[in-house]
Amino acid sequence: MKTLLKGGRVINPATGLDAVMDVLIEESRIAVIEKDIPASQADEVIVLSSKHWVVPGLVDVHVHFRDPGSPDKETTESGAAAALAGGFTTVCVMPNTSPVIDSTPMIQYVVNAAKPTGMQIHPIAAVTRGLEGQEMTSIGTLVQNGAVGFSDDGRPVSSANMMRKALEYSKMYDVPIVCHAEDDSLCCGGVMHEGYYSTLLGLPGIPSVCESVMVARDIELVRYTGGRVHFAHVSSKESVNLIRQAKKEGLPVTAETTPHYLALTDACCQGYDPDFKMNGPLRSEEDRQALLAAVQDGTIDVIATDHAPHTPDEKAMPFDCAPNGVIGLETSLGVILTHCYHTGLLTPTEVVRIMSSRPAEIFKLKDSGNIAVGQRADVTVIEPDAEWVVDPSQFKSKSRNTPFKGQTLKGRPILVFANGVKRVEDQSALKEPVPSR
Amino acid sequence: MSQAAQQPATVAWNRRHVIDSSSLTLEEVKEVLRTAQSFAHILSRPVKKIPTLRGKVVVNMFYENSTRTRTSFELAAQYLSADTVNFSVSTSSVKKGESLIDTAETLAAMGTDAVVIRHSSSGVCRQLANYFGNRLCILNAGDGYHDHPTQGLLDLFSLQSRIPDLAGKKIVIVGDILHSRVARSNIHLLNLFGADVHVVAPSTLLPAQIERLGCTAHTDIASGLENADVVMCLRMQLERQRAGLIPALREYIRFYSITQERLARYCKPDVLVMHPGPMNRGVEIASEVADHKENSLITNQVTNGVAIRMALLYLCLSTPVDRALDPLTRSVGLPEGNGRLYQARQVEGERVSV
Repeated sequence: MKTLLKGGRVINPATGLDAVMDVLIEESRIAVIEKDIPASQADEVIVLSSKHWVVPGLVDVHVHFRDPGSPDKETTESGAAAALAGGFTTVCVMPNTSPVIDSTPMIQYVVNAAKPTGMQIHPIAAVTRGLEGQEMTSIGTLVQNGAVGFSDDGRPVSSANMMRKALEYSKMYDVPIVCHAEDDSLCCGGVMHEGYYSTLLGLPGIPSVCESVMVARDIELVRYTGGRVHFAHVSSKESVNLIRQAKKEGLPVTAETTPHYLALTDACCQGYDPDFKMNGPLRSEEDRQALLAAVQDGTIDVIATDHAPHTPDEKAMPFDCAPNGVIGLETSLGVILTHCYHTGLLTPTEVVRIMSSRPAEIFKLKDSGNIAVGQRADVTVIEPDAEWVVDPSQFKSKSRNTPFKGQTLKGRPILVFANGVKRVEDQSALKEPVPSR
Repeated sequence: MSQAAQQPATVAWNRRHVIDSSSLTLEEVKEVLRTAQSFAHILSRPVKKIPTLRGKVVVNMFYENSTRTRTSFELAAQYLSADTVNFSVSTSSVKKGESLIDTAETLAAMGTDAVVIRHSSSGVCRQLANYFGNRLCILNAGDGYHDHPTQGLLDLFSLQSRIPDLAGKKIVIVGDILHSRVARSNIHLLNLFGADVHVVAPSTLLPAQIERLGCTAHTDIASGLENADVVMCLRMQLERQRAGLIPALREYIRFYSITQERLARYCKPDVLVMHPGPMNRGVEIASEVADHKENSLITNQVTNGVAIRMALLYLCLSTPVDRALDPLTRSVGLPEGNGRLYQARQVEGERVSV
């Protein structure tokens, strides 16, 4: 099977390419990237225009598929369908499942569950057994079995000594420790950002320093050990400032933020809707602006959704009792295009870098984030100007807990190839396919 | 029968809910106070009953312990001839996953007209109103640290009986502001009447950016009380010491307890003192202050609480469903269906960026 994507704007930061080109996909690989590839070479020709972006499949290095443990919230199958619908062909799944991904059999479980999905699902394994912060997992063996990073996500590694040892040990394998930066003693029962709105709403606050104090600690541990830290879901101005400074000093730290932190603030909690509750929390407008600036200047390397499915029943609780987390795979691209591209903050190349090539680079995902001849054919076609309204009932995810419900977003994926197979196609956005001769 | 009780709800009031003080307008509050005034005299009659709400059912859903507020609501409803039911649930069973909406839906299905809710979680009344729209009257009897609108209104009612014009009057709220829904209600409502609101607490009991709610914050009792016209004391709980928010209750008493000596030294001579109850005598308030014949309003507050709650029950239950404000959009009319829980609809006047 040969598929020709004709006339789209190919944007590939990994090779510095940004030009109208044709891309020929042959079986699972990219065969040719040239101008004017004859349609006769392909079995199927998809005619695009220069308004369509042809980009490497998007990469989300922070998702929760709840597999094993909570098939009512999400499964590998439904999570993969949501990812593909959102333009993602590669995701990294977090280990806080039940049981925890902290052993070779559990890593193999994730790897095997991923196979039938046809997309790349890489496990991030736990730093400590059972996420309990006491004993380190067998990092070397887990890397051999497919772990691309290590995290106790959902919880911090509270012990500085444990974090130090994990950084020293993981350095041997050059894998990042993904840091859920939170000093839980400072959080003390908080459920939203501590500030004017927590005071107005009478909800216990989570101060920004709860995050930044841990970011500061881990930067110092990176400086001491030389291990790599990737900061997950950075939400505050203070953390951004610390990370910017650490990068200036050349320390091996990277960082991600989420679409919701870039688009929403603590003011959104005013309706007490638990679909606006996550940890770290939505912070102030000042924090949001600091994050946007950090995305622009490269302090933030990666957009990750922290896709965290919960059932409607679980979320239909008083705000302070409801579980943390929102889903994001099916809205991420739209939110980033709306808030970072259409506002002029990022160029198209920068959008693709932050959502595909850079995360692939950090987690050394060699089959992701790059459209080049001979590469695995993971390709997403984006229509950046298409407006659409977020309707959670249409989601492929099993859960509906999105803070973007009812919002109008501008930009979406219209075509997704994973491993050379067309998985998503929005017929209405494409011209009639040209029959090959 | 009072004049107010004979007429349908006036144009000044078109709500079926009382959820937060901050959303009440000056006109609405004045209407509540006027109505309460007309109900107040019923309480001193030998036969304390008028037929205004005969045939209506009011359920008290109390998910948190409360004697006075629940009794006050219950009597208010009974004086108006409504049927009342008390529904007490331990908070623990809610945290185990019992859905408040399911409970309320069940009560509504039994023909309940109004529910009065006390809950330890902030925002539950708003969540219920988002779900029910206007088909069930919802009265907030205190939710978490968020709001306690009936307490704020009864405080205002009590104050105005002594100080008809509150504009520019210095009103000082002293105590655990961080955990106080009463403080938040009072700050909102007193601001509507142009009062000069101050709060005093140790810095660990002052919530973030409290001044943006419309008050001046002090950690020093002397500057806080200086020239005060009114002092409102808040209950100080021993749990705050255990949570590390204050070093010791004794230390709190030493620096913040409202004593006759402190009042005499700092405040205006005829300073009024209030307390929402229940009091910890000798902790946040000295007995001599609480029991002061002329200047303590504490007993009046309790009496007025019943009148205020009668007024609110009457006003809310008399507002026709199709003329009521949509609790979410504040536009008048029936909300569109109640299909999904917590529909995401932007609340007017709130800046939600996206």
